[in-house]
Amino acid sequence: MLIGKPSDIPSSAITPRDKYLNRRRFLRSAVSSAAAAGAAALGAGRLAQVFSPAIGVFADTKLETVKSPLTTTGEQLTSFDDVTHYNNYYEFGVDKSDPAKNAGGLPTRPWTMRVDGLVKKPKTFDIDALLKLRPLEDRVYRHRCVEAWSMVIPWVGYSLSEFINQCEPLSNARYVQFLSYYNKGVEKWTSESTIDWPYSEGLRMDEAMNPLTLLTFGLYGEVLPNQNGAPIRIVVPWKYGFKSAKSIVTVRFLDRQPPTTWNDQNSHEYGFYSNVNPNVDHPRWSQKVERRIGLPFYAQRRATLMFNGYGDQVASLYNGMDLRKDF
Amino acid sequence: MKSSTITLLKILTWLACLSPAAWLAFGAFTNNLGPDPTATITFTTGLTTLRLLTISLAITPLRRLVPQLSWLIKFRRLLGLFAFFYASMHLMTWIALYTGFDTNAMAADIVKRRYITMGMAAWLLLLPLAATSTNWAIRKMGGKRWNRLHKLVYIAIVCGVIHYWWQVKTGVLTPLTITVVVAVLLLARPVLTWVQRRKVRAVVA
Repeated sequence: MLIGKPSDIPSSAITPRDKYLNRRRFLRSAVSSAAAAGAAALGAGRLAQVFSPAIGVFADTKLETVKSPLTTTGEQLTSFDDVTHYNNYYEFGVDKSDPAKNAGGLPTRPWTMRVDGLVKKPKTFDIDALLKLRPLEDRVYRHRCVEAWSMVIPWVGYSLSEFINQCEPLSNARYVQFLSYYNKGVEKWTSESTIDWPYSEGLRMDEAMNPLTLLTFGLYGEVLPNQNGAPIRIVVPWKYGFKSAKSIVTVRFLDRQPPTTWNDQNSHEYGFYSNVNPNVDHPRWSQKVERRIGLPFYAQRRATLMFNGYGDQVASLYNGMDLRKDF
Repeated sequence: MKSSTITLLKILTWLACLSPAAWLAFGAFTNNLGPDPTATITFTTGLTTLRLLTISLAITPLRRLVPQLSWLIKFRRLLGLFAFFYASMHLMTWIALYTGFDTNAMAADIVKRRYITMGMAAWLLLLPLAATSTNWAIRKMGGKRWNRLHKLVYIAIVCGVIHYWWQVKTGVLTPLTITVVVAVLLLARPVLTWVQRRKVRAVVA
């Protein structure tokens, strides 16, 4: 069979995206419910899990994207394999390789995100509507984990501010809280740590409105794999990775600083702001250097940049603040 | 236990003890140590140290419980020296890959970071034990003094376990298993002594 070049294919012959997605979903759920029924009949719970319709429904689906002036240039991308197999997602296990193995059960469709708190009117947004709200941009960002490793990841999404404008927050809303999906039945690994679930993160309103803060739906031009926080997450590139909440189900506008997971775990070690800052060490390790993921062991070490290299865009948010105190 | 069997078991122990290092060397050579090779090397050498020390600590209680296993003593030095070998690799990894041979950074880390202070203490405690591991040293020191010196391993392993806890994120429970095993092995000593004393007393009475 000859495969036509994209230009040879009339756009009328292309299956519309939602039809295509629906068809996929229908086929997968039909096949998998039959398989699940069979597996259940065999009493093989594990097998049922493997064939469950929730697994990877939309991961690997291509997203239509546009270029962005806010993308980071001059960095070598971390490989897709490393980005998707070296994850901190403690709901699916504390080892870096656990989420890729365990996050298959995360039910990414149907998915809604609830907006409440200090807004004109609480609203619920469907993931498929959010995907169409604004053009999806390719944004390469450096990603710096508080554990002193780093990656360069091509995310897909649009500025969170575009979404916040749809939420109509009240004028006294000064903070935004993000709550992640939590279901003990799906996330069977939550007792590997003493965290009080669900995972909660938060930003000050001006941080959330900064155009760099990305409402994220994909990476490498594709729908987010579950272990990377599907189907919707935020990415805040000038902060340590844990500030970028995954698999968000609730967005709450508040007039005071929300409780946030790692800050609650140990406020001495993980500040609310947690801006990447080589001059403020983690009490137990230095933040001056980082290890770039995917390079040979002798080439990994590199200097950590203030605000992860995004100072031009974000340093003004913290004018007059003592970043040693408000770390 | 026949001496040929002991020799065979010793060869197997050598191979088992060398396998993590061989795996690391092969992985480093083929650039196959996972996404974060530095972390893989650090974690593998550190955990192997703790595991080997733990196994070596199991020998004495086992021998006391099961006298037929008294030949196990022949393996303790081997395990202890391999533990020291991995601890030294672990230390070198930190010096080379974390501090970049920067002595100022090293000094600052040792003073400021308690997990590094603790790890450094553990290695320094193992150093005299490795240095006095030869038959010559045992003879020279005399069994009693040598034994007393080598009790330092108890402190070293406690330091090692604390070192592990102090670098995982707060609330992460990964070091729990080895902590429990080490605690049981350390507590087994006074408990066994107490039980045996009671037995002796019962016989005397």
